[in-house]
Amino acid sequence: MNPMEEMRREEEKLLRTDRLPHVWCPGCGIGITLNAFLRAFIRSKMDPNKLVVVSGIGCTGRAAGYVNVDSFHTTHGRGIPFAVGIKFARPDLNVVVFSGDGDLFAIGGNHFVNAARRNHDLLIIAVNNFTYGMTGGQHGPTTPTGAYTTTTPYGNPDRPFNIPHLAISLGAPYVARWTTYHVNQLQNSIYHALHKKGFRVIEVISQCPTVYGRRNDMKTPLEMMHYFQKNSVRKDDASFEELELKYNGKIVVGVFRDIQGIPTYEERYEDIIRRARK
Amino acid sequence: MKPGYYFWSGDIAAAEGAIAAGCRFYAGYPITPSSEIAERMALRLPQEGGKFIEMEDEIGSIAAIIGASWTGEKVMTATAGPGISLMNENIGLAAMTEVPIVVVNAMRGAPSTGLPTLIGQGDLMQAKWGSHGSYEIISLYPDSVQETFDLMIDAFNYAEKYRVPVMFLIDAMLAHMYEKIYVPPEDEIVRIERKRPTTPPEETLIYKADDDLIPPMPRIGEGYKIHASGLTHNEKGYPELTPQAQEKLVRRLNDKIRKHAEEIWKVEEYKTEDADVIVVAMGSESRSVRLAVDLARREGIKAGMLRLITIWPFPYKFIEKYNVPYIVAEINYGQIYHKVREYTQDVELLPKMGGEIHKPDEVLRAIRRMVQ
Repeated sequence: MNPMEEMRREEEKLLRTDRLPHVWCPGCGIGITLNAFLRAFIRSKMDPNKLVVVSGIGCTGRAAGYVNVDSFHTTHGRGIPFAVGIKFARPDLNVVVFSGDGDLFAIGGNHFVNAARRNHDLLIIAVNNFTYGMTGGQHGPTTPTGAYTTTTPYGNPDRPFNIPHLAISLGAPYVARWTTYHVNQLQNSIYHALHKKGFRVIEVISQCPTVYGRRNDMKTPLEMMHYFQKNSVRKDDASFEELELKYNGKIVVGVFRDIQGIPTYEERYEDIIRRARK
Repeated sequence: MKPGYYFWSGDIAAAEGAIAAGCRFYAGYPITPSSEIAERMALRLPQEGGKFIEMEDEIGSIAAIIGASWTGEKVMTATAGPGISLMNENIGLAAMTEVPIVVVNAMRGAPSTGLPTLIGQGDLMQAKWGSHGSYEIISLYPDSVQETFDLMIDAFNYAEKYRVPVMFLIDAMLAHMYEKIYVPPEDEIVRIERKRPTTPPEETLIYKADDDLIPPMPRIGEGYKIHASGLTHNEKGYPELTPQAQEKLVRRLNDKIRKHAEEIWKVEEYKTEDADVIVVAMGSESRSVRLAVDLARREGIKAGMLRLITIWPFPYKFIEKYNVPYIVAEINYGQIYHKVREYTQDVELLPKMGGEIHKPDEVLRAIRRMVQ
């Protein structure tokens, strides 16, 4: 069997193929991200029975519904605290939160901030498509200033989150950003992050041609991919300003933080149990 | 805890009752008058090898216990006032995905920030109707520190048995009141564990209910490839957004409680056998009502009290059982009164807006009015 065919078969084992076709639009970037995640996981040879995928609500929130492992589609914004409960109760499990920008950073922002601060041992895959896709393309916490959406018909007056900078400021030990154009880098990054501990954040800039691109001069998936291709620059030591995402501006990608040795909340609590039982 | 006598508040008894019931996971956010439950759990759970975490808010707290419950742990959170309002969204998630959780709500004066340190009973309807949609939960409400401990064990047993959120109501008075309490020996505590699938993963539909309408619950990490979603789902747990799937699922979620209601009902019938008038009361309020009933009896009025311990599912057969005038004494402007009125025409409300319970004299005057 050729390697591609073998990978496809391995991936199918990790997908609930009886749920296909999925809800995502043709040309959506979430499938690319999910694919990168599954391939990275297969390469890691980790036990799928110990993998848990948790999502919130939204287009990306549907990811949990397609992975053939213990998987939870929770309430809007609450994927992280739900995952915190699982991981804290059973630290031997490999818990991944796979969700979108609005879910993780607007309604779920408080949970992101505090879970990062406590350094829970979770891998966060944050798909950033600049918009609320499921509800029809309203502006969200990552929509670039000036962008057109259904709730910013005259351009977005709001300022977006600088997600890598936010995560770094909270002490997250692994912080990376890629786009869906960077399929190999993204896959490698997820592979490496799977082998690390602590609150790991990978932001994936993803195309939503259906409700975002078409209002911002990128009607087709290809136009959005061209934008990612032409405007992405790798710079691992990027400054705050460089990491900011400007409307139709440069996208700085890379691994901005990758350190080891910060105890996780789960590890610190083991010590608490020891002290309490003395 | 070692068996024996202790001097505890309602909050401490709630925490210790939970530990005795097998609870080993607590996530919470401090709020008056429930904070001492969190403090007790922070102290005691790690001694038992359990886990305590103080979350960033009430929403995160209840989300964390739902996640933890899927690992097989018995879980609890506690809150009050504004905190319970924040938790309601995920109470709906736990009801929809059938996750055993126990939520303590120490009722205080409300609405809004209200009277944080003083009693209220304004959340009796919210306990049942707090989240959006039509669903059933179980709600229990003790009236003493001892009963808080004892009933907490039932609360966990119900949550596990019926795979349902249990809203454990106490009130600000009970939460902070200290009384003597007896902790029974380990072998006298009856614990019920949730049903687990008996079939291997490949032959198991994780939301296929047994004849009792309750599906066995797998644990994360055992290969069952659980999928749980707050969306309307089929027996596989997969979203199925049709009226037919909705009809089947939501009807079962309600019926699994309604059909077992009589097993869940707990009511204290105090001097009701020969009563000419019955006062319905709950929680700390019933302590005043009990005295008022005794005072009325001394005057020759045959008064009695129905103390609802199970609030939801509503124990309506106990209301139907007596053909006498009723008074509903509650610390709100009429909640359980409306439930009682569903089953009898002859009922009067004795309200109190909050901050204190009725004085026995106030209840006695209402009893006298009723028999005149």
